[in-house]
Amino acid sequence: MRRRLADHAVTIVAVLVLVYLFVPVAYTFIFSFNDYKKSNIAWNPQGSPTLKHWADPCGAPGVCEALGTSLQVGLVATAISTVIGTSMAIALVRLRARGRRLTDVLVFLPMATPEVVLGASLLTLFVQGFSRWGWQLGFWSIVAAHVMFTLSFVVVTVRARLQSMDPRLEEAAQDLYAGPWETFRTVTLPLLAPGIVAAALLSFALSFDDFIITTFVSGDVTTFPKYVYVAYLRGIPAEVNVIGFSMFAVATVCAVVARLVVRRAVPPSSS
Amino acid sequence: MTRSRTAYLLVAPGLLWLLVFFVAPVVQLASVSLQSPFPGYPGYYYRDVNVGNYVVALTQFAPQLGRSLLYAAIATVLCLALAFPLAYTMVFKAPRWRGLIMVLVVAPFFTSFLLRTIAWRQILADEGPLASSLRALHLLPGGHLTETAAAVVAGLTYNFLPFMVLPLYASLERVDPTLLEAGADLYGSPWQTFQRVTAPLALPGVMAGTLLTFIPAAGDYVNAELLGSEHGTKMVGNVIDAQFFRVIGGYPIAAALSFTLMAIILALVVVQVRRFGTEHLT
Repeated sequence: MRRRLADHAVTIVAVLVLVYLFVPVAYTFIFSFNDYKKSNIAWNPQGSPTLKHWADPCGAPGVCEALGTSLQVGLVATAISTVIGTSMAIALVRLRARGRRLTDVLVFLPMATPEVVLGASLLTLFVQGFSRWGWQLGFWSIVAAHVMFTLSFVVVTVRARLQSMDPRLEEAAQDLYAGPWETFRTVTLPLLAPGIVAAALLSFALSFDDFIITTFVSGDVTTFPKYVYVAYLRGIPAEVNVIGFSMFAVATVCAVVARLVVRRAVPPSSS
Repeated sequence: MTRSRTAYLLVAPGLLWLLVFFVAPVVQLASVSLQSPFPGYPGYYYRDVNVGNYVVALTQFAPQLGRSLLYAAIATVLCLALAFPLAYTMVFKAPRWRGLIMVLVVAPFFTSFLLRTIAWRQILADEGPLASSLRALHLLPGGHLTETAAAVVAGLTYNFLPFMVLPLYASLERVDPTLLEAGADLYGSPWQTFQRVTAPLALPGVMAGTLLTFIPAAGDYVNAELLGSEHGTKMVGNVIDAQFFRVIGGYPIAAALSFTLMAIILALVVVQVRRFGTEHLT
């Protein structure tokens, strides 16, 4: 009996934690119907809920440009860091490159450095270094910074997947006279795919949501989080809530659909 | 021969990126942290070995530095306390819902953490529902929920919780459930089974999760900015941010503070690695 109770307590806490994670998301959703200029500060006392911000999410000046910039930065940075991070992980695990220990440390260090330090140091380098050679702060400096801090997460995620893969599968392919490239393309890559997808999603999420490093290296360019921060000081337009909640909804739906498709495609016994 | 050349080619782009955008900036930051202001030209500096910047950083801003470490430590412990039941439930009690719960844990990232922190600020605000009902029940001695240290710690806990859930889940997922049954079969009470079987097996996840929450929490300044007060809850990140962007001639001090924070965190990481080994960290 006592055991049952403790059992249930754990589950109840788990459910409460999930609810806790969603409280502010729900707040954002509710206040997206707020008919008030400073939408996040108070509910308009006279106004009833309105759909007008959902009809025109780009109604607040600059908000959709900022969203577009964030999506572009996220996509470009994710593409670069997924490719170079995956190849790094493969070289470190399978090919046992020399200087592995040093590379491991170098990959780990950006994760062990607070964002404010990463941002501050990049800004210093740009101001006192790169800008003298004509590289000003802007879109590409944000991309460079985002690739740098997502790279480690890609290497770690893909490496974990590689380490749990049976190396005998690749050896078998080679025994069957497959060349190194053929082995990689037909055996390693398909087995690695879930790890690569997870790494790419993680780096996109981290890049899209990054604020601290971005404020240091973005110059005049405005990303979505930066827009939210600047708008906060004047009063956040409700369109921001519409976009914030929609991004969450789109991400959730995509993830759920992707899982259903994968479950369909892979017979249960092999998953 | 060709094998090792391939390995170098595969490592080179990532390594180069880290050298240019991580190592070089940090070296530059180190040199800035020792620069001195140019007399008569505010905002200009010359190369120097001015250790005085570190003295200022460590004396004048010691409270903020200490507060950052303290808040981050409390938030990390709270994250562990909240994340463990969730990860445990995902793995052992609701395995069918694992995927969905995982999605739900990561999805709030897309709402933007700033927007969610601002939402917390409004939920906890003086005129908000929570604070006014607590006040009505005379349960709020200070009269405020926001602008308190507790609010900052709660914000940090909220924001970095997913970074604790994910590694915990990953390590618990590898635990063989039959080991837990064996613990029960051998007349272990649930608490004993947890202590002797589950907890040690989850240790790698706890280690990774601790670092992934403590490090960003110690460097964060957004929670202190939005949920804290003007005085008494500022963290080291706030000082670095202000010295960089709002104080003319603040660059060297900001750099020295950044470097100090990085050194403290690396020292803590090294201690942890020494005690528990490296292989579980990444």
